[in-house]
Amino acid sequence: MESVLITRNTFKASKGRLQNPGDFLFKNLTRFFAALILVLVVLMAYEMMRTSALSWNKFGFNFFIRSVWDPVQDEYGALPFIYGTLVSSLLSLIIAVPLSLGIAVFLTEVAPRWLERPVSFFVEMLAGIPSIVYGVWGFFVMVPWLRSTVEPFISKYLGFIPLFRGAPYGVGMLAAGIILSIMILPIIASISRDVLKAVPRSQTEASLALGSTRWQATRIALAYSRSGIFGAVVLGLGRAIGETMAVTMVIGNRPTISASLFEPGYTMASVLANEFTEATSEMYISALVEIALTLFIITIIINSFARLLIWSVTSNERAQKA
Amino acid sequence: MKEPKRLKRMDNYRFHFRKLTSLFMFTLCGVSVLIALVPLILIFYRTVAFGFSAINWDFFTQMPKPVGESGGGLANAIVGTMILVGLGSCMSLPVGIMAGIYLAEYGNNWFGQSVRFLTDVLNGVPSIVTGVVAYTVVVLPMKHFSAYAGGVALGILMIPTITRTTEEILKTVPHSLREAALALGIPRWKTSLQIVLRTAMSGVVTGILLAVARAAGETAPLLFTALNNRFWNTSMNQPMASLTVFIYNYAVSPFDDWIAQAWAGTFVLMTLILLLSLTVRFATRNKFAGNLL
Repeated sequence: MESVLITRNTFKASKGRLQNPGDFLFKNLTRFFAALILVLVVLMAYEMMRTSALSWNKFGFNFFIRSVWDPVQDEYGALPFIYGTLVSSLLSLIIAVPLSLGIAVFLTEVAPRWLERPVSFFVEMLAGIPSIVYGVWGFFVMVPWLRSTVEPFISKYLGFIPLFRGAPYGVGMLAAGIILSIMILPIIASISRDVLKAVPRSQTEASLALGSTRWQATRIALAYSRSGIFGAVVLGLGRAIGETMAVTMVIGNRPTISASLFEPGYTMASVLANEFTEATSEMYISALVEIALTLFIITIIINSFARLLIWSVTSNERAQKA
Repeated sequence: MKEPKRLKRMDNYRFHFRKLTSLFMFTLCGVSVLIALVPLILIFYRTVAFGFSAINWDFFTQMPKPVGESGGGLANAIVGTMILVGLGSCMSLPVGIMAGIYLAEYGNNWFGQSVRFLTDVLNGVPSIVTGVVAYTVVVLPMKHFSAYAGGVALGILMIPTITRTTEEILKTVPHSLREAALALGIPRWKTSLQIVLRTAMSGVVTGILLAVARAAGETAPLLFTALNNRFWNTSMNQPMASLTVFIYNYAVSPFDDWIAQAWAGTFVLMTLILLLSLTVRFATRNKFAGNLL
C-alpha cells in the first residue's frame, strides 16, 4: 500500500514539472483507444437504431406484443420470440442454479485442495466449448435421447400437467433449456465460488463456534453473499438470453406460443441466425435488426445490473476477476 | 430426574439430525459436480468417437465435394477461419492492448472505471448482435457479404477479452518494478512498454490466445457477414468459408457424408480449444484462473 502511495505522489509531483512529451503522447494514445471502446458501444446502439427505425415507425410498441411473423405481407411482431427466449432461459436457470451453487459450495467448503483445481478446471472447460459443438452434440445425441426416453417417461407420469403435454418431438423448449443450462452453469458456478470465497472467515468461524454444523455455517455464508450470487445468476441469465447456435439447433424453430415444454419454439437470437441471410425486403431487415437491438438493450441492462451487484459484494481486487 | 434425561435424548436426536443434514447437503453438492461432469464427458466421448473416425488427411487438404460425391475436405474452411480470425485480431489487438494498458496504468479515475464497466458489459453482449452490427455497417453499404464483415464482427467480439485480460495481467506486475524504473529516470511511457508490458508479456499473449480461441469457435456472427463459400477464396471482398459455419451447415444437412464431416470439424475445433486451454492453464499456473473464463 505504501509503495502505491509513493508512486501516486510521484505522478502528482510530475504534474508541476515539464512533462516528458513521450509520456503525454503515450498517455493520450492509450486513452484514445480506451475511448474507442466507449464509442464502439454507442456506435453499435446507433447503427441498430438507425436500421430498425423503419420497423419501429411502422409497428411502434406493438412490435413486442404481436405474434404475427409474415415476411410475405411484411407484417412483423416479436412476441413468440420474446416468449421463447424468456421460457428457455428461465428453464435453464431452474436447472443450472441449484447445480452451480452446489458446485460452488463443493469447491469452497468441501473439496480438499488437490481436488479443487481439477474440478474447477473441468467446470471451466465447459465454458470453453464453442456453442456450435453444444449444438451438434445436442442435435445428434441429446435430442434423440429426449425423444425416445425422457419425454415419453415424463409424459407418462406427469402428463396431467400442461407443461408436459404433447407429442415428444425431442426438439423444443425442454431441449433448449437443458442445453442452455449446461452452457451457463460454469459462469454461475465460478462467480459464486469467488463470491463465497470473499465471505470473511470470521463469519463462518463465529457460527461454528456457536455450535452449528458445517452446513449451517455454509448457509450463513450463502446468506451473507446472496446479492453476489444473485448477480452471478443474473449474469448467467444474460448469457442464456443471447445464446444462439446451440439453441437454434435444438429448439425446433417454430414461432408459436404454447404452454408445453415439449413443443418447438423460437428465440430472438435464433430467428436472427436463421432468417438474416434470406431477408430481402427493407422492412424485413429492419424488423430483424429491431429484434437484435432489443437483445442488445436487454443484455446491457442485465449485465450492468449483475456487474454492479458483483462489484458491490466482492472487494475491488476480486470483482475485476469476474 | 426423568425430565432432564428426556431432554438429553431430544438433544442427542437433534444433534444427529443436524449432523445428518450437513452430510446430506454436502453430498448433494458433490453430486452436482458429478452431474456437471456428465455432459462434459459425453460431449468429449461423442466428438472423439464420431470425429476421429471421420478425420483423415483429405479433411485438411481437399476442397468440399458436391453433393453425392464422397470424400473431400474442408481445406478452404480451415484457411477461411484463419483469415477471419486474423482480420479480427488486426482490428482488436491494438484497441484491446492499448485500452488494457490505459486501464492498468492510468485507469484509476471515473473515465477508466466507466471504460472498465462498459468493457465488461460489452463482453456480455450476444455474439449474434455483433454480427448484426457488422451486417448493418459493412454488408448493407457494400451490398454483398464479405470476409471484411466477418472480421469486423469477430474483432468487436475479441476486444473486451483482450482488454480485460491485458489489464488484469499488467496489474499483477509489482509496483516496485515500476518504481525502480522511474527512479532510474526512465520516462513513464517507456516504463509501461519496456518494463511492465515486457514483464507481463506471456500473460498478455495468453489473453490473446484465449480471445483467438473464442473467436475461432464463433458461428453466429459469421452466418450473415462472411456467409460461407464452397470454393477456394482468399479475397477479403468475397464471402468466405469458415469451419464453424461449415459444421453448422453440414450438421443440419440430410447427407451422412456431410454429417460425418461435421463431426470431424467438431473434433478439430475441440482439439484446438483443449490444447489452448491446457496451454493457458500451464502458462499461468493458476495465477489468473478466475479471470480467464
